Amino acid sequence: MSDEALHRALGLTDDEYALVEGVLGRAPNHLELAMFAVMWSEHCSYKSSRLHLRRLPTSAPQVLVGPGENAGVIDAGDGVAIALRIESHNHPSAIEPYQGAATGVGGILRDVFTMGARPLAVMDPLFFGPPDDARARWLVEGVVAGISGYGNSVGVPTIGGELTFDEGYAQNPLVNVLCVGALPRERLVLGRASGVGNLAVLLGSRTGRDGIGGVSVLASAGFAGADGAASLDEEKRPSVQVGDPYEEKRLIEACLGLLDEGLVVGIQDLGGAGLTCAASETAARGGVGMDVDVTAVPLREAGMAPWEVMTSESQERMLAIVRPEDLDAVAALCRRWEVRSAVVGRVTAPVSDAAGRPVGWLRVREGFDGPVLAETPAAALADDAPLYDRPRARPGDFAARLADDPADEPAGDVAAELLASLVDPAWVYRQYDSQLFLNTVVGPGRDAALLRLAGPGLPESERGFALTTDSNPRWCAIDPRAGTALTLLEGIANLACVGATPAAVVNCLNFGNPEHPEVMWQLGEAVDGLAEACRATGLPVIGGNVSLYNESGGRDIDPTPVLGVLGLVERLVAPPPGWTWREGDTVVLVGPREARPAPFPLAGSLFARRRGRTGGRLPEFDERALAACRLVASEVALACAGRATPVAAVHDVGAGGLATTLAEMSAAAGVGLEWRDPRGHAELFTEAPGRFVVATRDPAALLARAASAGVEATVLGVAAGDRLALGETCDLAVGDLAERRASALPAALGL
Amino acid sequence: MEYAVRVDVTLRHGIADPEGATIERALPALGFAGVHSVRTGKAFALVVEADSAEGAREVAGSLATRLLSNPVIEDAAVTVVGVA
Amino acid sequence: MSRVGVVVFPGSNCEHDVVQALGALGGRAELVWHAETDLSGFDAVVLPGGFAHGDYLRPGALARFSPVMGAVAAFARAGGPVLGICNGFQVLTEAGLLPGALQKNRGLTFLCEPTTLVVASTRSVLTRTAALGAELVVPINHFAGSYVCDDSTYLALVERDQVVLRYRDNPNGSRGDIAGIANEAGNVVGLMPHPERAFSALLGSADGRVLLEGFLASADDAAAARVDLVAAP
Repeated sequence: MSDEALHRALGLTDDEYALVEGVLGRAPNHLELAMFAVMWSEHCSYKSSRLHLRRLPTSAPQVLVGPGENAGVIDAGDGVAIALRIESHNHPSAIEPYQGAATGVGGILRDVFTMGARPLAVMDPLFFGPPDDARARWLVEGVVAGISGYGNSVGVPTIGGELTFDEGYAQNPLVNVLCVGALPRERLVLGRASGVGNLAVLLGSRTGRDGIGGVSVLASAGFAGADGAASLDEEKRPSVQVGDPYEEKRLIEACLGLLDEGLVVGIQDLGGAGLTCAASETAARGGVGMDVDVTAVPLREAGMAPWEVMTSESQERMLAIVRPEDLDAVAALCRRWEVRSAVVGRVTAPVSDAAGRPVGWLRVREGFDGPVLAETPAAALADDAPLYDRPRARPGDFAARLADDPADEPAGDVAAELLASLVDPAWVYRQYDSQLFLNTVVGPGRDAALLRLAGPGLPESERGFALTTDSNPRWCAIDPRAGTALTLLEGIANLACVGATPAAVVNCLNFGNPEHPEVMWQLGEAVDGLAEACRATGLPVIGGNVSLYNESGGRDIDPTPVLGVLGLVERLVAPPPGWTWREGDTVVLVGPREARPAPFPLAGSLFARRRGRTGGRLPEFDERALAACRLVASEVALACAGRATPVAAVHDVGAGGLATTLAEMSAAAGVGLEWRDPRGHAELFTEAPGRFVVATRDPAALLARAASAGVEATVLGVAAGDRLALGETCDLAVGDLAERRASALPAALGL
Repeated sequence: MEYAVRVDVTLRHGIADPEGATIERALPALGFAGVHSVRTGKAFALVVEADSAEGAREVAGSLATRLLSNPVIEDAAVTVVGVA
Repeated sequence: MSRVGVVVFPGSNCEHDVVQALGALGGRAELVWHAETDLSGFDAVVLPGGFAHGDYLRPGALARFSPVMGAVAAFARAGGPVLGICNGFQVLTEAGLLPGALQKNRGLTFLCEPTTLVVASTRSVLTRTAALGAELVVPINHFAGSYVCDDSTYLALVERDQVVLRYRDNPNGSRGDIAGIANEAGNVVGLMPHPERAFSALLGSADGRVLLEGFLASADDAAAARVDLVAAP
């Protein structure tokens, strides 16, 4: 294969190849080409999305570290900082669901402890096709088992997530994973190299031929002759990455120990693009160079070529920058945790270029003082990938889509519609350790997770933090801008239910093929919708991930921006009210009863989706709804602080609408409700976010507080009896609701 | 000499084997009507240095009972496959 | 005050939780690295939950060969209070300090959920202050928590009052609904549920307190006995 064919096969365009030649002032050799190919891949460089992501607001007083590092970090008060990160592991999970999901968990934990934070919790938003065939079930069961197997064993609780079944994900499931960690504020470390003469120490697993997928073509490219390695054979084909949670657990303890003892000056995990990425990023961030001895890397397999060593994605590895005088102490601490450590490089001084600017060079050598196999400015790999403003095109049918409102759909069987919306995800989250560290006050399956802000090595605090992940591809398929903005509102409402005030957002943008102009339009619109909603709420985006090319058979997935929203609770000494109302409680809808512009929009609802209606006008991003969120959050926060509030139970209106919210609360309580006057099925099934069902024993006080906050509150009825009756159209036994909810998922999975 | 040895660890007769039972339940749907009594276990491949095949069997047997199996619920069978 | 040693194997993960819960109840607990061979300064020992040595091979199978286990066995033989929680229970059975074994759950999935336990015996260092027949809500968190043993072992356990906790609604297929057992002397106890996860109403249940308080009282007794020994002429 000619060099030209080789760079194309590696995924570099002719223009990108020319850029590499420009950077180096010569043609790259094969090793360099492999390194540029992985670093300039969409996955590592964000070359299609970065221009758009710049439009997101990223600053706020609480932000300590914004996007671009391994994780975003905010100041949570009491000397504690919280690190947050979200990522996708979609394609690996589609190929091998158990290992794909497991290594997704492992990777994100490393991103968080790289910042010096102990990982405290994980959340997993999952999207699959309908579980009605064997392959879909294999994916669901494999992914859940992978998260459970890795997360439980590594010792980080999984406290929630999302579970979405939709035809669009049948061939392309989405496996996103969010991790939150906490650290003493003053211990914050960044993934950068500094100090000429300092050593780069590789920690953790040995390096094998895992996940060399992106450059697998090299194996058939007659590459061997070029760098002198033995000829490549069948055995060397790229393999699925396999996670080892036990290695990761020891790696976490060893790395946090090294940071506690002040033995590292910088640290970086090895993720996509492996050692090439870690070495070039740490050097580029630190404005220094680095020499890497490729023969010093501990290998799991014999005969690996330098390009394989430099691009391997073997799991459970970290690169630490260490002062030479600390090396013995580093090695000793690693030995205690049975973690392998090897010096593989050293930090070098930057060299002035022709214009007098300092340039840090990454050199790959054979032996520390041996021949140079590859040589490139580190920043060229890490930062200089071309940025693309790919063509964007609003779909031709956009106006027609918005005009196709499902308001004209007949009600049908309201009771059956309600029952079909009830799904308890307990079968999934029961498989996750959700309680480790004794922090989990509200665990999976509720509006948001709520945890104590505590952990080994953290300063004492009575504070709490809350997390939710939200997405709504049904909204975003209609109107990605409005849909993404509403998704943030939904996240804020979820946090309010556990008393938390939102503090920061991370996003995982799962989209189709960016070479399709409509997909790029969706991405741009989603970013703008998020940016507008963040500005309206004063929230910073502190990190994110973009997953593109989620398509199969030429069909792109619906735009699926997943938002992780972190909230804070000032004082957490008592559990928040939860969903369980009691006989005699007054049940009140808090928040705008009627949305705008239409009072009860069904566009993007489950109701409309079931009828194949995928158009219509979404509700506005509503200031009144935000005010309702603030009121509910402040009342529930009183409960968390052990103080009195009229709120005795609360649940926000989400997927499936008000009818579903009421059914879930009835089922949880075992106590029914009669609501005499819903305004038709549209009011029962509209999903406009930022509305809450609140149960109270003191309705006068609740209504007074709502009135003084300028928030609409509507009494629906009094909790009583064993039936849920919604107007004339729906009357169901509470026991049936509970039974249906509990059995829906196992039944769908054929268990 | 180095001997290739295989150790098969299986659940003892009478100990419930939910994994085996689950596999067995799935068989009819896959068209394996005539297969039953599925038991699961683990296999270990070892290379043992010893003077004789019998010596290798003894070493592996001791390892199998002390570590590789839990004699409370499992049986271990040692097979000397040949010279490694 | 008595000192409780909480053993840390590589892969343990509930050690800080146990220290925290015992500390909140007024106890003094410290971590003990698995390479230790001397437990002489301690009045009680806990083997906490987690995945010692990754649970590779079988849960507990490699941990039983850790250096500390010789000292744990000697400590148990001398009558010292020993508590194995979850993975710690698995280690104690592998080490032969408790009879039987723990197998994969009936449903072949990991289970993390609250369970209701019934106190079946108060003749142990863990259940001594609980009321016989009392129901306690304590979470489980395991993949291999189904207790198995042969018929004669089971009969002996029942006859000698060694079954200390049973599940009200068996979640994992355990023989006889067993959630926890003691040795014949009652000083070595293993259970699959996590009492430390139920030490505060903030976390959903405070029912684990009575168990942890009983264990701390046993540690205090052991400390007093030790002082007596030292003080004796």
